[in-house]
Amino acid sequence: MVDCPECGAGVDLHDDLEVGEIVDCATCGAELEVIGEGPVDLDTAPELEEDWGE
Amino acid sequence: MTTTASVVGGTGFTGGELLRLLDGHPEFAVVQATSRSEANKTVGGVHPNLRHMNLRFSDPEDLDSVDVLFACTPHGVSMERIDRFRDAAGTVVDLSADFRLPAAEYYDDHYDGHDRPELLAEAEYALPELNRENLPGADLVAAGGCNATATIVGLLPLFGHDILSGGERIVVDVKVGSSEGGAGGGAAASHAERSGVVRPYAPTGHRHEAEIEAYLGTSVSFTVHAVDMIRGASATCHVFPDDPVSKGDMWGAYRGQYEDEPFVRMASGGGGVYRYPEPKAVAGSNVAEVGFEVDPPNERLVVFSAIDNMMKGSAGQAVHAANVALGFEETTGLAATGFHPIGSP
Repeated sequence: MVDCPECGAGVDLHDDLEVGEIVDCATCGAELEVIGEGPVDLDTAPELEEDWGE
Repeated sequence: MTTTASVVGGTGFTGGELLRLLDGHPEFAVVQATSRSEANKTVGGVHPNLRHMNLRFSDPEDLDSVDVLFACTPHGVSMERIDRFRDAAGTVVDLSADFRLPAAEYYDDHYDGHDRPELLAEAEYALPELNRENLPGADLVAAGGCNATATIVGLLPLFGHDILSGGERIVVDVKVGSSEGGAGGGAAASHAERSGVVRPYAPTGHRHEAEIEAYLGTSVSFTVHAVDMIRGASATCHVFPDDPVSKGDMWGAYRGQYEDEPFVRMASGGGGVYRYPEPKAVAGSNVAEVGFEVDPPNERLVVFSAIDNMMKGSAGQAVHAANVALGFEETTGLAATGFHPIGSP
């Protein structure tokens, strides 16, 4: 269990994480990038930009 | 032991939704549904999704004795007939506005007064996220209004976690589906006129302002648009706090308020297609979605909330409150999730 860097809730993770893998937080839905494995460290993943006619 | 229930005013959309929920509820047995206009006709003839129910509408003058009476009558009827309702049932759950405000002044200012103001103190507001502690054992329960529910659920965490104190400026814009207007309809509700609209139908002075003020302790500037949905209410609340608020502050408030709530989900800028609350994502369920963004350059918070007006905004909320009032597990009969994908709900 690692804290989500976006909302602070605990994020359940699987055992064989790899750096660069993208997971998501079940509480806030944020996409999170694994940036370290020992110990596991998460950061918010870069978002795909969308053009809604702006 | 089965709890008997009746639905008074069963031909409307809310009555039909309530019958659907009670029909699938393991603790309730629906023994009566009344209708003045459809008396002696089958429930399934009005609500096609309920054709399997072996039940005909009966005259509302002949109320059966039941454990719980759900009143889905137009505003003004329940306050007039409340003594008869209470004679017929140990618990009355009213889905109109007649008992949802806590004092007569609100009815004087926003409605046409109140016939039985002495009963307002007895009534418990149905929204469990706000009033759970007072619902167990309540025998007069008043379901909240759909637009007010969407707004209150969205803003509530800001008041319990030192982000707002009550004097700040708040502007609320709610987009609602056509089922909010009821089954009666009129010229403005015909398909040809209603389809495709983004129609401001209550630019100022909406009655639900009173409910928001009563239960959040603050006034809001409130506007409602009718949009091209059937189910759904989506509130966008522009909030101007006195002091800077960080995203961490907001997450602390929303997680603190709702993390353990069975019918509130947070959707706030995460991944996927639906990054913020969306009526489509909750249609048919009793779930409210809430989310937010912070806007430091404009010293603003934007709070979003989405509900199914027929569920969390009326019938679902009523059943949820009845579950709490009667001591049932509070999610009983309300576990259904929405559909995905789905068209306009």
